[in-house]
Amino acid sequence: MYETSSPNLSRRDFLKLAWGFFGGLAALEAGGILLAYLQPRLAEGEFGSVIPLGAVKNFPPGSVTHITNGRFYLVRLADGGLLALYHRCTHLGCTVPYDQTSGKFVCPCHSSQFDGDGEVENPPAPRPLDLFAITIQNGEILVDTSQPIQRSSFDPSQVVYA
Amino acid sequence: MSETPPTSPLARIRERLFPKAFPSDDRGRIRMVVDSLILHLHPSKVPITTLRWTYTWGLGGLAAILLTLLIATGIILLNNYTPSVPQAYLDILELRSNVWFGEMIRNIHHWSANLLIVVAVLHLVRVFATGAYRPPRELNWLIGVAMLLLIVGANFTGYLLPWDQLAFWAITVGTSIINYIPLIGEGLSRLILGGPEVGARTLLNFYSLHIAIIPLGLVILASYHFWRIRKDGGLTLPKSLTPAEEEEKPERVTTIPHLVRKELVFAVAWIAAVLVFSMLVPAPLEGIANPDLSPNPAKAPWYFMGLQELLLHFHPLVGAIVIPGLALLGLFILPFVDIRPDNVGMYFRSKRGRSLSLLAVGLGLLLTPAWVLLDEFVLNWTAWLPGWDPLLSNGLVPLALIALGLFLLDEWISRFLNATAEERILFFAVFLFTAFLVLTLIGIFFRGPGMALYWPWDMPTH
Repeated sequence: MYETSSPNLSRRDFLKLAWGFFGGLAALEAGGILLAYLQPRLAEGEFGSVIPLGAVKNFPPGSVTHITNGRFYLVRLADGGLLALYHRCTHLGCTVPYDQTSGKFVCPCHSSQFDGDGEVENPPAPRPLDLFAITIQNGEILVDTSQPIQRSSFDPSQVVYA
Repeated sequence: MSETPPTSPLARIRERLFPKAFPSDDRGRIRMVVDSLILHLHPSKVPITTLRWTYTWGLGGLAAILLTLLIATGIILLNNYTPSVPQAYLDILELRSNVWFGEMIRNIHHWSANLLIVVAVLHLVRVFATGAYRPPRELNWLIGVAMLLLIVGANFTGYLLPWDQLAFWAITVGTSIINYIPLIGEGLSRLILGGPEVGARTLLNFYSLHIAIIPLGLVILASYHFWRIRKDGGLTLPKSLTPAEEEEKPERVTTIPHLVRKELVFAVAWIAAVLVFSMLVPAPLEGIANPDLSPNPAKAPWYFMGLQELLLHFHPLVGAIVIPGLALLGLFILPFVDIRPDNVGMYFRSKRGRSLSLLAVGLGLLLTPAWVLLDEFVLNWTAWLPGWDPLLSNGLVPLALIALGLFLLDEWISRFLNATAEERILFFAVFLFTAFLVLTLIGIFFRGPGMALYWPWDMPTH
């Protein structure tokens, strides 16, 4: 007479385990497919790509220019340094307008306030305005909007000089 | 049965489609309920005391009526809507000006959706107040809470579809909260928005959630919810402080006509009310969405104003994730900790329970605005604790202080008012719900430009 079931794992338990394992695997695969299917895609030239802004001299020192298709402010500091500040409030995502008279960014939604470098002057914003990477090529400004750079405070090393 | 079948096919068709005569005896009426697809959701006989208006207020039934209205109007709205930018907004303009009854159908959909949130919350309040979620009805309470979340989800996803300024910024603010979920927040936000910010992809995602996934979930859960009512032995029986003899063992009357007639009148009256309201009050629509210009103030939908008020006082991780998460957890475990069987059906448990609830409402009405004012004008944690992570100084520290306050309140009612465990649950549920309502009302009526506090009659317009 054959002894089909091992003392540790009966045939029934083995099949249950196998069904559970492969069933779980199938569910994971289906979930993975769904996640991959729903991944966002970026089109060329839209927000998310590299935005060319032309010559540095077009932006005089001490100026703040809203680049709406890139969703950022190009800040030319008094010493000629450049910052690209993402215009999205770090609190809850409202677009932060620039106030020319005070030289500050004040969010209309929950009254967060940022100084000219994007540093938080008044919460509830938990961190300064995010940055976009700036590169200078042949005297032309290029801003890469694919990935906002988060920072915990303003640091002179963030400023880019032509 | 013993009668001979009619001879002509036409007569046979008529006999099959329409009952010969409305049954006039109880036996026939019971058969009719049992044999009918829709009516068999009801038992064939119901205790006469559960038919009182002032016990259930018909809230569950009203929620079902509104869901039906929403599905009916939602389906026909699909024929005049394109989920793309900027066509979505243009379609709504077209709907309002050039489509026969377009404006009215949109209004019915809009107002039913808003009313449904109110009704679903009141329904849960009624079930809580009468202890009707206690064993064996715990599971139906959980399904009810899940349906409330789906209803809010349906409202929120629908909010974006007109693609006006109101929609764009409410959804921007609302979805930004997701970013604060630890670890997965930013990835989840990109997935839901279909990109880094609210855009054409978001509209399509929300559209599919709004017209397919959420309604399907709601219909499935609602069907299960109805079925469970009967599995759990029907509605709870109402009890009053001085129980009359009929309440102990109430007479059971046939569902036809006693229950069905009431439901019919109730449904017709409410549908008429929604129709009239929708003819008189148009659903709001602002200018087309402009991602470069946040309106001031940019408010979330009204049912999220309590949450938004919390966000003004706490670090977003605490205000939008920790506190609502704890509240939701509390809702889910309520029927597993509040289990005393003998006073089910009595509003607020007992005479003492009613006094305690009144005290809880009073304290909630007093302490919540006091705390909002204190935090607005006096407390400044980030300045008092410089160098601390804002998550601590503006989040966990004030949260710990509030928890301490609640603990002292609990000590007070259990030591000096001798509150039992059941009464303490009652007290805190009523107190916290009142606090949430007050925060919602402050957010809706007292917050103006820059989210500063104003008197409603002194609100600056821009």
